[in-house]
Amino acid sequence: MKRRSFLKIAGAGLAGACAVPVAEALTHAAKTEPAPGAITGKRWALVIDERKCLTKPGCNACLQACHKPHNVPAIPDPRHEIKWIWKEQYQHVFADSVTPYTAAALKERPTIVLCNHCENPPCVRVCPTQATFKRADGIVMMDEHRCIGCRYCITGCPYGARSFNFEDPRPHIAEPTDYPTRTRGVVEKCTFCSEQLAVGKRPLCVEACEGIGCGALIFGDLGDPSSAVSKLVRGSDLARRKPGLGTSPHVFYIL
Amino acid sequence: MYNAGKIFLGLGAFAALVTAPVWYSVANGKSGPPELQKPVEGKECVEPTAYMRAKHMELLDSWRDAVVRKAEHVYVSKDGKHHDMSLTGTCLRCHSEPAKFCNRCHEYSGVEVYCWDCHQQKKRS
Repeated sequence: MKRRSFLKIAGAGLAGACAVPVAEALTHAAKTEPAPGAITGKRWALVIDERKCLTKPGCNACLQACHKPHNVPAIPDPRHEIKWIWKEQYQHVFADSVTPYTAAALKERPTIVLCNHCENPPCVRVCPTQATFKRADGIVMMDEHRCIGCRYCITGCPYGARSFNFEDPRPHIAEPTDYPTRTRGVVEKCTFCSEQLAVGKRPLCVEACEGIGCGALIFGDLGDPSSAVSKLVRGSDLARRKPGLGTSPHVFYIL
Repeated sequence: MYNAGKIFLGLGAFAALVTAPVWYSVANGKSGPPELQKPVEGKECVEPTAYMRAKHMELLDSWRDAVVRKAEHVYVSKDGKHHDMSLTGTCLRCHSEPAKFCNRCHEYSGVEVYCWDCHQQKKRS
């Protein structure tokens, strides 16, 4: 056999051997699609009407509606606690607005806080594995599978919206639901109830707040000019946390 | 050939040593793959058995990326059927006891399965 013909045959054989797995992969291209009833938006946002919220002192409807179904553990040690949505004193939420004359009652006023789903999320910029990322609809999402627990995102977030699992959360979950728990060594936070939107429902905190007849939490699409959040955001003077940092939070407050 | 006897004896000893774990397993009745619990309800998996056996890890990876990163929850299998991409919600509906299905094979092949560190092993609702 001549060298030339040997090379030809060998080359053809090699190409043929490669073609088999390629053809297999192409014919078996997995098809995935959104669930039929999923709610989609261009830019999700939340408006928190503090005036309405304050009419129900001591109410924890939104907090419970979130933490229980999402298997957020109740860890007593404050250094280890996990929070997706919680109450913080006004003076800590809007520190820039507090003056030496601000009344103690206002300074200590409980204010609902959660992940701000920023337009320019610093947590996403610093994540080395893209475990946290911004979806096209604005939700700052966590892919726990990719989280390596470096906690850069916790350092990056100016709102303290992220919690780290310093210990196994499972012993601290009283009644687990089907929602995946997290494990020791990953960071977690609010996801604007991506799992609810996927099945055509609004975030659990919003539904719970409406359920008790308060309606202080208004969720919607800023890309839709006729939505309730759009009208509020466009038509009134709403507060955002630490606007000077340029993160552009998409949780708005009516104070 | 010089020292043929010694060489063949050495080769034989070497072969015996290298294959010792196989013979050990055979002697202890662990020669074949483990017995897996067959699903009671549901005759077909989302894809054919051979594909699932070889590629379930890739399938689950694609499910995970689709659900978490693309917000897509429906898997269209080769035969056109639609499935909810959920480990707890779909896989466990038939393979209700991972300890008698996933774990047996994974232990046999020495591949750690850590899905259950986060995902629930029992569907509650």
